[in-house]
Amino acid sequence: MKASAFGYARATSVADALELLTAYGERAKVLSGGQSLVPAMNLRLVAPELIVDIGELTELRGVSLKGGVLTIGALTRHADLLKSPEIAAHAPLLKDAVAHVAHPAIRNRGTIGGSLAHADPASELPACMLTLGAIIIARGPGGERRIAANEFFVGIYETALTPQELLVAVELPVIPKSSTHFFQEFARRHGDYAIVGLAAQASIKDGRFADLRLGFFAVGDRSLLAKSASKLVDVAVTSAVLSEAASALDDELDPLEDQQATPAMRRHLAKVLLTRCVSLLLARPDLRAGASA
Amino acid sequence: MTSERANPQTLSALDRPNSYIGKTVPRPNLDRLMQGRGLYVSDIELPRMAHVVFLRSPHAHARIVGIETSAAKQMTGVIAVVSGRELSTVITPWVGVLSHLKGLKSAPQSAIAVDRVCWQGEAVAAVVAASRAQAEDAAEHVLVEYEELHAVTDMRTALDPATPVIHASLGDNLAFERIHDAGAVDQAFAESDEVVEAEFVFGRHTGVTLEPRAVVADWNAAEARLTIYQGTQAPHMVQNIAALHLGLKESQVRVVCKDVGGSFGIKVHIYADEMATYALSKLLRRPVKFVADRVESFNTDIHARDHRCKGKIGVKRDGTIMAFEIDDLTGIGPYSMYPRTSAIEANQVVNLVGGPYVTGNYRARARVVFQNKNVMCQYRAVGHPIACSVTEGLVDLAAMKIAMDPVEIRRRNLIADDAYPCASPSGLRFEQLSHHATLAKLVQMMDYDALRAEQAALRARNIHRGIGIASFIEVTNPSAAFYGVGGAKISSQDGVAVRVDAQGSVICQTSITEQGQGSESLTAQIVGSVLGVSMDRVRVILGDTDNTPYGGGTWASRGAGIGGEAALQAAKVLRKNILDVAAAVLQSTPSELDIVNNAVVNVVDGAPRIDLSELARIVYFRPDTLPPGIQPELMATRHFVPREYPFAFTNGVQASWLELDPDTGFVKLLKHWVVEDCGTIINPQLVDEQIRGGVVQGLGAALFEKCVYDERGQLTNANMADYLVPMSGEMPDIDVGHVVTPTLESELGAKGAGEAGTAGAAAAVTNAVNDALRPFETIITEIPLTPQVILTALGRI
Amino acid sequence: MTATVAIALRVNGELVEANVLPRLNLADFLREHLKLTGTHVGCEHGVCGACTIRINGDIIRSCLMLAVQAHNAAIETIEGVSDSGEIADLQSAFRERNALQCGFCTPGMLMAAQDLLKQSPCPDREQIREHLSGNYCRCTGYQAIVDAIESTARTRTGRWP
Repeated sequence: MKASAFGYARATSVADALELLTAYGERAKVLSGGQSLVPAMNLRLVAPELIVDIGELTELRGVSLKGGVLTIGALTRHADLLKSPEIAAHAPLLKDAVAHVAHPAIRNRGTIGGSLAHADPASELPACMLTLGAIIIARGPGGERRIAANEFFVGIYETALTPQELLVAVELPVIPKSSTHFFQEFARRHGDYAIVGLAAQASIKDGRFADLRLGFFAVGDRSLLAKSASKLVDVAVTSAVLSEAASALDDELDPLEDQQATPAMRRHLAKVLLTRCVSLLLARPDLRAGASA
Repeated sequence: MTSERANPQTLSALDRPNSYIGKTVPRPNLDRLMQGRGLYVSDIELPRMAHVVFLRSPHAHARIVGIETSAAKQMTGVIAVVSGRELSTVITPWVGVLSHLKGLKSAPQSAIAVDRVCWQGEAVAAVVAASRAQAEDAAEHVLVEYEELHAVTDMRTALDPATPVIHASLGDNLAFERIHDAGAVDQAFAESDEVVEAEFVFGRHTGVTLEPRAVVADWNAAEARLTIYQGTQAPHMVQNIAALHLGLKESQVRVVCKDVGGSFGIKVHIYADEMATYALSKLLRRPVKFVADRVESFNTDIHARDHRCKGKIGVKRDGTIMAFEIDDLTGIGPYSMYPRTSAIEANQVVNLVGGPYVTGNYRARARVVFQNKNVMCQYRAVGHPIACSVTEGLVDLAAMKIAMDPVEIRRRNLIADDAYPCASPSGLRFEQLSHHATLAKLVQMMDYDALRAEQAALRARNIHRGIGIASFIEVTNPSAAFYGVGGAKISSQDGVAVRVDAQGSVICQTSITEQGQGSESLTAQIVGSVLGVSMDRVRVILGDTDNTPYGGGTWASRGAGIGGEAALQAAKVLRKNILDVAAAVLQSTPSELDIVNNAVVNVVDGAPRIDLSELARIVYFRPDTLPPGIQPELMATRHFVPREYPFAFTNGVQASWLELDPDTGFVKLLKHWVVEDCGTIINPQLVDEQIRGGVVQGLGAALFEKCVYDERGQLTNANMADYLVPMSGEMPDIDVGHVVTPTLESELGAKGAGEAGTAGAAAAVTNAVNDALRPFETIITEIPLTPQVILTALGRI
Repeated sequence: MTATVAIALRVNGELVEANVLPRLNLADFLREHLKLTGTHVGCEHGVCGACTIRINGDIIRSCLMLAVQAHNAAIETIEGVSDSGEIADLQSAFRERNALQCGFCTPGMLMAAQDLLKQSPCPDREQIREHLSGNYCRCTGYQAIVDAIESTARTRTGRWP
C-alpha cells in the first residue's frame, strides 16, 4: 500500500499555488492537512501527477473576528478550531462539531479548508457551514469568488470549486447572543464517520423557535439544510407539529446505502435526531418521550 | 479475587520460599517493546533483500487465460515477475486434510494460483523488486486475462444440485460432515414441557493482528539453507512444512521468530503467499521480504466463524434441560487451510454445545462447505463462541419460556462440582470443573440481585438495560489428539532446556513461543521458583528452531500448561544436578542442601554455603578441583505432553451489563464480569489480561466485526475504516475472578486461559441484549448486533 | 517532477538531511531511511494509530504525512521520548500494569497517552478512553492501558485516592 509516484511542489504563495493549479488542472491535487488525500493516495485510489503542498502558506492559517464576521483561514486545523476562543464565543456549534471529527492525531493535521474542499457527505464541517450560513472564499486565476455554503457543496466529494481554484478561507456571521445550538451524531465508534448527524442553530423566544437552522449530514450526497425546519418556527411545538416536521424532513432526505446503514435506517435516525434536538433546545422532555413510545 | 480449591498435591517444588508462582511480576521483555526497540519481522532488513508484492485476483472465481509480464519486467527496480506455473518448479502443492476428521476433503492448493483463482485476493503472480513501492508500480503493469466463472458464495445453497461444484475432482462442495447422536433425544423432546428453537447467525470475522503477516525468507545457496524470519506461533511446524514442499531436509530450514505483533491464531497457519515467499527466495537466491498490507490482510488472513446454526432445546417446567439439538452449517472458502484444516471449528461446535450441562441427550449435525470466498480456519477460541452462543442462547430462551431466572436455570442444570470425572454429551472427558463455584462467585461479584433491582427501576423510566449470563467450557492443553493423530506434523509436546552459565545465571530455551501472552515471563517464573534463582538471573530464549528444543509452540491455550510443565520438570532435574555438585564440593549430601536466592544453603538453618556463581566458576574453570568421578551436568532438558486426557477442559462464566437505546439501536456496554478456572495460576496479572483481551475480541464479534461479502464474492469492507474493530471508547471495564482447580495431569497444575474470554463474551452480550429487549417482545440471535439489526428487530425501520 | 526533494529536519534532536521521493510517507522515512523502527506501520491509511509520532509538539499519524512535508519540522519518535526520559514514569506504569502484550501498538499508544497527560493532567477514565480512541490494540482490551495512564496522571499530579 504505497502511493504511486507523483511530482511535488511546495507553494510559496497563493499566487504560486494558483499558477501550478492553472498549469496542471485536474492532474494536480492540493495538499493541505492530507488526512483524506494521503490515505486515498496510499490506497492508490487517486494518483495525481502533481501535489501542490500549500502547508507553508501561513497567511491562510488562523481565526480572526472583524465587524461581526469570523474569518477562518483554510489551513486552520481542527485542533486550532477546538482551542480558539473566538470560535468558542461566536461559533460554539463548530467547536462541538470538531470534537467529533476523527481523533486527536488527525485533528492536529486536518484543516477546515481541506475538509470542506473534500466535501465528504458524512463529514461534520460542511453541515456546520450550511447551518451557520458560511461564505466560502475561493481564489482562482480570475480572482476571488465568494460562494454561499448552500451553493458550494454539489455532490459526493464534489464542490463548486474549479480545478484551478484554491479555497482560502470561510466567513461565518457571528451568532446572535440569544442563539443556541445542538450538535449530535450517531457513529458506531468514537471518531468514526457518522451514520447520521445534525448540526443545529436556533433562536428561541418565549418557548418557541424564532429561528431554526437544521444542518443534517450523512443523509444524502451532501449535507442538507432542512427546509422542514420552517414548520417548527413561530409555532407552539406539540407532538403533532413535531411529527409533521419529521414527515416533511423525510420527504427532503435522499439517503445512501453503505456498510453501516440502509436508507431507511438513516431516515429513522434523522427523525430521532430532529426529535432530540427540538426537545433539548426547547427544554421539552415530553416531546422526546412522546416520540419514542 | 481468587478462591482456592484443595489440591491433593500440595507441597511441590513450586511452594518453595521466594516462589514466583501465583505472583504478579512484570514481564521481562516489556522495556524493549515500550522503547520501540523490539524486532518485528517488518523491521528486519538483510543484505540484498528484495521485496515481493503479490498481484491478486479481483475475481472470486475465474480461469486465468493468460499473464503478460514483459512490461512489468522492464520497470525500474524490478528483479522478477513470477507466475504460479513458474513457481511450481520450486515448490509443491498441498492438500489441507487430516485423517481423523473422517471424510474431510480438499483440493490441491498452490503457492500462487495456476490456471484458476478461487477467491478474490488469491495471488496470481509475484512481483519482486528493490522496494515495495516499485513492486507495486510494476504489479500495475502485469496484465492478466481472466474468464470469470460462477462464484459460489452462499453457504446455504452451496450443496444444491444447481450450484456449480468448485473443485470438480471432489464431486461436490461438501468438505466435511459430522453427525453425533447421544442419549435418547427424541424421547427427551417428547417429555419436555417446552421446546424452543432458534437459528443463530454468526458474522464472518478475522483477527486483524496489528502487525500484518510478514516473512523474510533467506535462501543461502552456498550453505543450501533457508532461514525463515516469520511471526509464527509454531516455528517447528513452519520448518516441517517449508522443508516438505521445497524438497529440503528439516535440517536445511531454520525458522526464527522474534517479536510478533499479535497472532490470535491468525499466525498459526501457513499461507500460500508465505510459501511463495520461501520459494521465491530459493528461486532468486536472495532474501525476499513479504509484508502483507492491510487490504491484503483482510483478503487473505484466515477468516473465522460465519456459521448458521439451528438449535433446539427441551426443558421441563422445573427448569430441567432435557436435550439439545443443533444443525450447524459453515462455509470455509475454496480450500481447507493447511496444515490444520478448516473442519476444526465445526467439529468443535459439535464437541462443545451443551458442554456445561448435565443432560446427555444431544444430537448434532455439522456441515462444512466450500465457497469462493477467502479461506476460513482456526482463530482464537475456535468454535467456542459459536457453541457457547448457541447453548447459552437456547438456555436463556428456555428460561424465558418457563419464566425462570437465567441464573436459576443454570444452577439447576450445570454439572455438579463433585460429579467429576465425567463426560460431556459429545463424549469429551472432563477431569474436574467448577461450574457452580464460578457461577456463585460471579453472582457475588456482580451483585446480581441489586443489578436486577436497578434494571427494573430504570425500565420504569424507559431506560432499557440488560443482564446476560454465559457459562462455558474451554479446550486447553491439547494432546496429540488435536492434530498429531490425524497425521499432521504438528507437535503436541514441548521441550525446555535449562542451564547454568559461568556466572551462575540461568539460560532457558523453550519451544513455546511469545506473542505477548507472557510465555517468557511464565517460563522464567517457573524456572526461577524451582531453582531458587531470582528472575533477573533467568534468561529465556524462544522462537528459533536452531536454538530451542522441538515442540509445538503457543496456540490452543497450551503454552503455560504444557511448556510450563516442561520448564518445571527441566528445572527440577537441573536443581538436582546443581545440588549433586554442590554436595560434592561442600562435602555434604544433596538432601541437606537447598538453593535460595541464587546460593546453595543449608536446609536446616538456611545458612549460605556457596553462591551459584562460585559453584559455576568451579564447575566450568576448575573441574580439576572436584572430587574424582564427579561429572557435573549444569544443563537439563525435559519434554512434556498430557497423556491421560486429550484436552484439559477449563470452565467459567461471564456476565454482561449493557444499555440499549430502542430509538437508535445503539448498545452501550457498561460492565463485564468473568470468573474462570484455569487451574494453577502462575501470574495472576497475565491471566487477567489474557481474559480481558479475549473478552474484547468477543465483544468485537458481538457488536462490530463482520467481513461483508457481496453476492459475487467481493469483500466490500477490506479496510480498517469499514471493518470495525473494538476501540477503547466503546469498551467497558472488565472484572475478572478466579476459581482454582489444578489439573492433576501435571505437577504444575496449570490449564490454559488464552481463549476463555473470547469463548463466552458474545454469548453474554447477546443474552443481555435480549434481556434488555424483553419489554419489546423480540429476540435477536444474530451477531454482530448492529444498530441496523436491532432497529430492524424492533420494527423501527 | 517526481525527482527527489531535499529536506532538512530535526529528529529526536538530531539534524537530519535527506533527499526523498515525494511519495515517501513519513512513517516509511523514519523506519527505512533513519532505521527508527519503533514507529510501527499497522494500516497505512490512518486508522490504527500505530505510527503516531510527535511533530512540533503535536501528535500525528506519520503514515498520513509525506516526508517532504516534514521539511524544517522537529520530530520526536518513541526512541526519542524514551531516551530523554520524558515518559519513563508512563512506561513504568505500563510495565507494572502489563498494559501491553504484543507491543506493536505500544509506541503509538504511549505517544497518544503522553499527549493527553500534557494537555489534561487529571483526565478521568472516559477522557482517557476518548483520547486513545484512534489507537487500536488487539491484545489488552484497553483496560490495563487506561489504568496505567490513570495511575501516571495521579502520580504526576500528586493525587492518590
